[in-house]
Amino acid sequence: MSISDTAQRTIPNRLHSRGYRLIRSWEVLLLGVAIIIFFANTQASPYFLDPWNLSDASFNFTEKAMIAFAMALLIITGEIDLSVAGIIALSSTAMGYALQLGAGTPMLVLIGLSVGVLCGAFNGVLITKMGLPSIVVTIGTMSLFRGIAYIVLGDQAFNGYPSDFSVFGRGYAFGVITWEIVILIVLAIAFGVLLHLTNFGRKLYVIGNNPTAALFSGVKVQRTKMILFLLTGLMSGLAAVCLTSRLGSTRPSIALGWELEVVTMVVLGGISILGGSGTIVGVVIAALVMGMVTFGLGLLNVPGIVMSIFIGGLLIGVIALPRLIGLIAAQRKR
Amino acid sequence: MLKRLKSRETILLGAIIALIALVETRFSGFAAPGNLASIFNDTSILMILALGQMTVILTKCIDLSVASNLALTGMVVATINAAMPGMPVTVLILIAIALGMLMGAFNGVLVWLLDLPSIVVTLGTMTIYRGVIFLISDGAWINAHEMSDGFKALPRHVILGLPVLGWIAILVITLFVPLIMRTPMGRAFYAVGGNPHAAVYTGINVGRTRFNSFVLSGGLAGLCGYLWVSRYAVAYTDVAGGFELDVVAACVIGGISIAGGIGSVGGAVLGALFLGVIKNALPVAGISPFWQLAISGAAIIIAVAFNAQSERTKGRVILKSAEATS
Repeated sequence: MSISDTAQRTIPNRLHSRGYRLIRSWEVLLLGVAIIIFFANTQASPYFLDPWNLSDASFNFTEKAMIAFAMALLIITGEIDLSVAGIIALSSTAMGYALQLGAGTPMLVLIGLSVGVLCGAFNGVLITKMGLPSIVVTIGTMSLFRGIAYIVLGDQAFNGYPSDFSVFGRGYAFGVITWEIVILIVLAIAFGVLLHLTNFGRKLYVIGNNPTAALFSGVKVQRTKMILFLLTGLMSGLAAVCLTSRLGSTRPSIALGWELEVVTMVVLGGISILGGSGTIVGVVIAALVMGMVTFGLGLLNVPGIVMSIFIGGLLIGVIALPRLIGLIAAQRKR
Repeated sequence: MLKRLKSRETILLGAIIALIALVETRFSGFAAPGNLASIFNDTSILMILALGQMTVILTKCIDLSVASNLALTGMVVATINAAMPGMPVTVLILIAIALGMLMGAFNGVLVWLLDLPSIVVTLGTMTIYRGVIFLISDGAWINAHEMSDGFKALPRHVILGLPVLGWIAILVITLFVPLIMRTPMGRAFYAVGGNPHAAVYTGINVGRTRFNSFVLSGGLAGLCGYLWVSRYAVAYTDVAGGFELDVVAACVIGGISIAGGIGSVGGAVLGALFLGVIKNALPVAGISPFWQLAISGAAIIIAVAFNAQSERTKGRVILKSAEATS
């Protein structure tokens, strides 16, 4: 590409200054919400600010956030994967099965991750090679993957994971910082760089905004989507390793309903469910918000199922509110 | 096109008959009329929900909140019945349908007026409705002895060898055929799903049609809420947990395209019956019930692959005939 070519591609006049757009952006709004919830929590319970409590509470969202990063990329391209919780169940079951056969910790981790990738590949092939809609395929594989876990386990459970395996879910890297937090920070940076600073990341937005145009401009749409399904599978496998390590046992009902929380996290983070927009920073803040809400409510002895009302309400609220405001603004103008 | 749709249902009907015949050869008595009636009766709720879901899917939407809706209305009518045993069952059924429609309308309004994607809305309301059950019941169960006899007896009352539950399903199916095929509302579901832009130009309000489908789906879920709770004589928070997937599976197996605009009443009913036969055949064949989840998952995937195949060929046929006439 010559210099004149690139020079012609100037971005049209910006309506607002960079600073103004930053202040009005979703991420800053969300950060404000996070800060308010943080202070509300400190007021609600004196135990909230204890570093060990906070460190424990991070488990509320670390494993889900790992998947949410990959899911965010997938949703940006206009696809979705509802089978992530099913992948966790299958991957965890595979690890438990390998444990019965006498596998050691490195082997367990390898199996957990590769089962995740295989599940992602299964989704990816059905969706990108056969051209099936991702939402139905992954609703199907969600039952299929968890169903296989039920076939293997029934009402039983795998226990007795080796003590050095528990480092992933329960180990502390330094001080109160757990290994899961370290993994999460590394992943957040890696995904942020991948999405916002690489060629690959730019292509995802192109695909999400107009897959046909992306195809005509030389983006390998199906291959890119395939990579993302593999990535989502890998992250689900990683989450399975961490979760299994933390719980120390595998039941077929492990991580039940997580797909909802992961999608909520992504949408709350400002990724448009219709594809084509959003940032990793938003997802990180959304993970913090959801973690703090569940932790704060937990300190107030609110049962888990009632928390799910908040999560569900949050999911609808965050996407409904901007539209509602837009609708009212449009009415005023008339 | 009509021929093709018909053939789809014939294939499914053939598959169901073959399945029944296969089980019958190994375990005689499975195909006895009494057992078939009980399979039909068992599948009634799934069939009714699949019909509601079908109208939603026809308009390019999806309703994942049906099972939670069912559980919440079931809990509400059971609570009312436990508190006021004197209230007639018909009033309770009307309350159930109205409450279900109200919850469906909530989904519908968000999809219609705020133009939100239905999958996100119903994923959200799925957990919200489920959570509200806990708030109402405080996690407690309502057991058989707390329900009045009339409340429990209605769906089990046998008329001509089939319990009332099965007859209600037949009634809903017979009402649905003219509703879908012969009324402007029913045709609008197809028009909106087939081509939303063209639907607008023919004077159909796309959002309103979607709203109608959600209200319909919600109302049927409410009806099923009463039926489920009275039939199994128990109401608790996790009633019908994950049942929304069976409902979507029944629709997909029945040839209803998730892309909207394609599907039939017969398809939805047969899709539900297919799952019902499998569900009833598993224990007979001595297969652990734990297989069921994987089987319905696999059935969804196979069915959607099958759907995609037939839709693709149909696209080509239409193009050819259009070229020929022009």
